[in-house]
Amino acid sequence: MTDISLSPHGAAAAKAQSNSIFRHARYVVAENPVTGAAFGLFILIALCALIGPYVVPYDPLASDTSATLASPSFKHWFGTDQLGRDIFSRVIVATRLDFTIAISSVMLVFAMGGFAGIAAGFFGGWTDRIVGRISDTIMAFPLFVLAMGIVAALGNTVTNIVLATAIVNFPLYVRVARAEANVRRDAGFVQAARLSGNGDFRILLMHILPNIMPIMMVQISLTMGYAILNAAGLSFIGLGVRPPTPEWGIMVAEGAGNIISGEWWIALFPGAALMIAVFCFNLLGDGLRDLVDPQRRT
Amino acid sequence: MAKKKPTKTEELLRNSDKSLPLLDVQDLTVEFVTRRGIVRAVQHINISVAKGESLAIVGESGSGKSVTSYAVMRILDRAGRITDGTVMFSGIDLRAMPENEIRDLRGREMSMIFQSPRLALNPIRKIGRQIEDVLHQHAQVDSGLVSEKAIEMLEHVRIARPRERYHAYPFELSGGMCQRVVIALALACKPQLLIADEPTTGLDVTTQKAVMDLTVDLTRERGMSMILITHDLGLAAAYCDRIVVMEKGHVVETAQAERIFKAPSHRYTRKLMRATPRPGVTLRDLLPEEEAKSARPIGHTDRHAAKPLLVVEKLVKEYPRNDARGTLTKLFGPRPAVEPENFRAVDGISFTVDRGESVGLVGESGCGKSTTSMMVMRLIDKTAGTIMFDGEDIGEIPARKFATLPLRKRIQMVFQDPTDSLNPRFTAARAIADPILRLGNGERAFVRERCEELARQVGLPVELLDRFPHQLSGGQKARVGIARAIALKPDLIVLDEPTAALDVSVQAVVLNLLQDLKDSLGMSYLFVSHDLNVVRLLCDRVIVMQTGQIVEQGPTDQVLVAPQAAYTRDLLTAIPHPPL
Repeated sequence: MTDISLSPHGAAAAKAQSNSIFRHARYVVAENPVTGAAFGLFILIALCALIGPYVVPYDPLASDTSATLASPSFKHWFGTDQLGRDIFSRVIVATRLDFTIAISSVMLVFAMGGFAGIAAGFFGGWTDRIVGRISDTIMAFPLFVLAMGIVAALGNTVTNIVLATAIVNFPLYVRVARAEANVRRDAGFVQAARLSGNGDFRILLMHILPNIMPIMMVQISLTMGYAILNAAGLSFIGLGVRPPTPEWGIMVAEGAGNIISGEWWIALFPGAALMIAVFCFNLLGDGLRDLVDPQRRT
Repeated sequence: MAKKKPTKTEELLRNSDKSLPLLDVQDLTVEFVTRRGIVRAVQHINISVAKGESLAIVGESGSGKSVTSYAVMRILDRAGRITDGTVMFSGIDLRAMPENEIRDLRGREMSMIFQSPRLALNPIRKIGRQIEDVLHQHAQVDSGLVSEKAIEMLEHVRIARPRERYHAYPFELSGGMCQRVVIALALACKPQLLIADEPTTGLDVTTQKAVMDLTVDLTRERGMSMILITHDLGLAAAYCDRIVVMEKGHVVETAQAERIFKAPSHRYTRKLMRATPRPGVTLRDLLPEEEAKSARPIGHTDRHAAKPLLVVEKLVKEYPRNDARGTLTKLFGPRPAVEPENFRAVDGISFTVDRGESVGLVGESGCGKSTTSMMVMRLIDKTAGTIMFDGEDIGEIPARKFATLPLRKRIQMVFQDPTDSLNPRFTAARAIADPILRLGNGERAFVRERCEELARQVGLPVELLDRFPHQLSGGQKARVGIARAIALKPDLIVLDEPTAALDVSVQAVVLNLLQDLKDSLGMSYLFVSHDLNVVRLLCDRVIVMQTGQIVEQGPTDQVLVAPQAAYTRDLLTAIPHPPL
């Protein structure tokens, strides 16, 4: 239905619109340089995930017995591990896996939790009670232990890590979506939509959802960081991705034992990558909200 | 005595020249730094207030009247600053005064009443305590006597049973009562200047009258000066000695209250006065002179004596009382022998609306007029009674189902708040198109054409159709709302205070537009309003409601000129009467 063009000069209008979005983005970045830095980091991380495996200097899985536990040098920027694998290459290649896990789990939980939350906030009554009790039940567990339990029970696969991370984040999405939908339930524009002949379901999707997207964007960005941490944490304790796959959590785990013997670089660089990624997503949340919120766009 | 040693400013105030005006604003300019550059909200204005004088600053939204008062109190927000001019208070330069000294002055020498009394009070603190806070702050009385003093203040603002109300929380009081508490707060330290920023917006007319009478009495009694900031020229003229008219950051006219109505000198003042609804004028008289001449005469739709379009009979809406005791008994207590008493928002009302007729539904907040309109709109379900629309009993159809029925097309609504009623994520065109896409038949391909046609009909420039609501002005948003309501050519439109959030000059235009649309499309209006002057202009018949019941109904002229019910008379006398 939205494919019916309401704009007579489609192309021109679209161009003007993209122009204004660009100008707006520049304004947001200028007003808050930290957001600019976060956007820059995000682009860097995304690039690593997309083209990283093709540009790294070494095969992340190839071991070189002549150069085990080499400290950072011009040849191996981040040094090598016990098997002589190049840590720089492994850190870059791991980005894709960690990124994929984080994005797919966040998309999954956005679809489940977002929809359940909007429905709970909009309809109230029994829908609200059922959704509320489900998320209360999840909240009753220590979240990381719950994720461990899910992966342990369902099996040690990437799919199950995604699922576990999604379930753990479910209550956060439900709460935000529920509260936002609830305050808009009796808003004038919802009443007006009803008068225009929109059914409940359509009001939910076409009128309420777009309006709570800004706040959901922030939530997505914040939980992205948490999802990366969660995936790495599961791998760290041996659940989830298995060696020798390059993954930040495993790499930190592998290097942890070497720190006391002085080989700090094995754990430090994947750990730093993890930290930067989480940091970047947390900062991005605020920037995204400024960008997508139409109230602030003039 | 625990009284503080007089501060430097107090000494200055005592020694100041008594012949000076209390407040003297010269050449004041206030600028705001925004993302689109620097905006001059107030430009080179001169205002002075003598001791004991009451001055009104009148203007429409964006005229800079509130900014002026904030600049005087030095409470501009971060983006705003005074760039030019002087503000002298009893001979002291307020602009040069350091922040900690002016803080001492605020509340003690000059204080302010804000627009929304509920927002100005701390919701979780007893009102008596809040008055004590102000007294403590400025060390006005001994701590032993402070609660007595607070009760005395409540008594002064004529709050009944002040000793009990001392312990009340703001949410336990009505809007008018809250405003009285705010006045008590403002006057607690006996300031010399009171600034009232739209003190009665959002209050009912009878409450407005009570609050304004009280404020004027108290300030007069204490020899205080007052600045009343308002958009209502009638209110200003009725309560103030002198009036300053502001437009777009400039003072365009300053005159005595009685003079301004008899001989307004500036073009803008004349336009404002024309646009203010008052007895003895027609809708066309509200428009600026040149437009009024070109406007079509108001048509007289002859109402057929045939079947009325809408017949409402013995309509009732009840809400369960949700207090703590009720919930507890429901959970633990024995089943009550009789049904728990419900709150009747609408209590058995009956009325009709003919084809092509506009009927006004008038009453103060809480009288049930909005509930009635929501039931007629089929947005909420009734408890009892019938709603017959064109021979069909639509009251029997559940509100949830009604949204998708073809009948939905024939009853539409214009909402009170044009901002709230437009989806912030939809462009104007998309908002207008929504009902056509959902309920229109065979028009989907021509949606854009139809939107443009509707925009022209309501006088909205077609190029604005691709804008989002926040890019439109209040009047433009109101037009979008009206275009959306008439998009399906309905038979009945419920207008829920469609002009309450608009400036008077915009209101004049919108009211005329509504009248024209009714004439050309032959619709019926159910016009819900608290403003009798507006109802007088637009409606053929008036229904007056009080506490869920109809106290009077009849032709407009008859009800408003020779009211039968005492309540209607109260409403009529509460409207501010400017000295004409």
